[in-house]
Amino acid sequence: MLDKFKSSSSFLCLTLLLNTNVLFAAEISGYAGLESLGFIHNPIDSRQHNHYLSGVIEPEFYHEWDDGRQSLAFVPFYRLSQHDNKRTHFDIRELTWLKVANDWELRVGIRKVFWGVTESQHLVDIINQTDLVENSDTEDKLGQPMINLALINDWGTLDLYFLAGFRERTFPGNEGRLRSFPEINTGEERFEKHGIEKQLAYAMRWSHSIGDWDIGFSHFYGMNRDPSIIVEADAAGKIQLIPYYEMIHQTGLDVQLTQENWLWKLESIVRSGQGKTYFAGTGGLEYTFYDVFETGLDFGVVSEYLYDSRGSNAPVAFQDDFLAAIRLGFNDIQSTEVLAGIIFDRTNNTKFYSVEASRRFGNNWKVELESRFFSSVPKNDPSFVLRNDDHFRVEVRYYF
Amino acid sequence: MKKSLLVTLLVLFSTQTFALTAQERGLQIITEVDKRDIGFGDTKATLNMRLIDRRGNESLRSLTMKTLEVIGDGDKSLTIFSTPRDIKGTAFLSFTHALVPDEQWLYLPALKRVKRISSSNKSGPFLGSEYAFEDLTSFEVAKYNYTYLRDETIDGIACFVLELIPNYKHSGYTREVVWIGQARYIAIKVDYYDRKESLLKTQIFKNYKQYLNQYWRASEQIMTNRQNGKRSELIWKDYQFGMGLTDRDFDKNTLKRAR
Repeated sequence: MLDKFKSSSSFLCLTLLLNTNVLFAAEISGYAGLESLGFIHNPIDSRQHNHYLSGVIEPEFYHEWDDGRQSLAFVPFYRLSQHDNKRTHFDIRELTWLKVANDWELRVGIRKVFWGVTESQHLVDIINQTDLVENSDTEDKLGQPMINLALINDWGTLDLYFLAGFRERTFPGNEGRLRSFPEINTGEERFEKHGIEKQLAYAMRWSHSIGDWDIGFSHFYGMNRDPSIIVEADAAGKIQLIPYYEMIHQTGLDVQLTQENWLWKLESIVRSGQGKTYFAGTGGLEYTFYDVFETGLDFGVVSEYLYDSRGSNAPVAFQDDFLAAIRLGFNDIQSTEVLAGIIFDRTNNTKFYSVEASRRFGNNWKVELESRFFSSVPKNDPSFVLRNDDHFRVEVRYYF
Repeated sequence: MKKSLLVTLLVLFSTQTFALTAQERGLQIITEVDKRDIGFGDTKATLNMRLIDRRGNESLRSLTMKTLEVIGDGDKSLTIFSTPRDIKGTAFLSFTHALVPDEQWLYLPALKRVKRISSSNKSGPFLGSEYAFEDLTSFEVAKYNYTYLRDETIDGIACFVLELIPNYKHSGYTREVVWIGQARYIAIKVDYYDRKESLLKTQIFKNYKQYLNQYWRASEQIMTNRQNGKRSELIWKDYQFGMGLTDRDFDKNTLKRAR
């Protein structure tokens, strides 16, 4: 009898132990990598360099419970870069608690949100600040603290965002490349509002899929993620470039129509609060030939038009530009992919070339290659400062 | 005279009643296969894939697949990748339809981006394997035209042999020849013929297990490319049925947080 009790209690202990393990065990994954960033031409500023070596790590700790209806995710990020001390940076990309119910989902914490459909630029995507030192392509984002409630209905998903804590854009330091002259003075940032008004932003988005259509309609109110740059002379008469963040309203629409091999895409925004109210849009298509000649190769053609109603006064490089690109998916064991494109300015003929490729080696290694070239950039184009910054970037990553 | 008329009538009558055409017989067998799988509700299983090239080099893939039965339309499925590690967290949502194009979305975790993708990619390889997308989507009777060919015993299993001709666009096959076990109405072997009418691949289904006293699922599937010698093996584990999954487990919101 006692023996039986003993064994059942030890069984109980074991069960408890196992349960505790399940409760506290976090799933760990992520990657660590080495990057080589090399420039073809000599820099404009003698403090800049021709080659930069850097290391990066981005682990993910994830734990779920309550049958997957609740979870915690933590993703810290660190890059250590040679020369440019601004590029050596730490960020919490994600630290979120998620709770899922049948008709709503609640997310509290730091995270990244993506909105949009186009490839050349992401006009509608506004929740997160751009991590510009990480990559000049503006695809990398800083973690944004928020409360996000998604209401799931038959008529679509309504996402409500309360964004608490403003993040300033990162810019390369004086030893870094792909920057303005002089470098952006990030110590002197200015804001239209201060205190609590600066820190808080609000957003909502309705999204739905109806047949072949995927539609998103959004509105954002708060401190602009995308600062205006003030040119000023300091006390010594030296030119300074200072970011200025205004309060803006931005309404966005993103639509994709998917029909057979065609993807038709449109993104447009109306922004007020940053100078005159303006309109910007990106529209285009992607057509893919699948399994070309029964080789497994996917060959895609992407074409987009980029417009900004502020015309050549726009403080952006893409205001009347075309993107033409090809996308290759080899569908091999190594998942080899290539995306090569050119964006050309219809008004001033600036051309921007970009090639991105990636391939897996073995089960855990991946190599990414990026190269970007700027050609015939006239003085009045915002990318004139980048005219000497043609570069190759190679990153070798180990995924764990 | 009267007698011969009677015989003629009888003969006509019997052909119409008892002797089905090869097409009718094929459809009858497939309908029975389909009928026996109705009512499974929902499933979840983990899938390990071994991709083996001609020299015997292996690479592994692992994923989780959830399926929701949709009566009167194609099933919904959610596929979540866990290895290779660089695609961990990538998820694929698919609403299958019999004849109109499927609806498909892909979630890319590094970008936190949900992409609606074209479902015209039927014949392309799935994750670099010998499986094409069309080999892995849910089976719907209306997707093919059927012809009964013969009875044949393979590996000691008495089978019906059927020819299937895809009805949907963008298929990489001109036809498939399928061996269906007569006792359980389950697929035992499939031969796939490419656009040039030559034998491209052979798939074998092994180690069937029965769930809920009704539904048979193969624990092993082996696809051999007969033209390049490559092979892909699927090992199914931890099959669960009747988890009470709903449409809500197969929407774009779920796709973003699928693990």
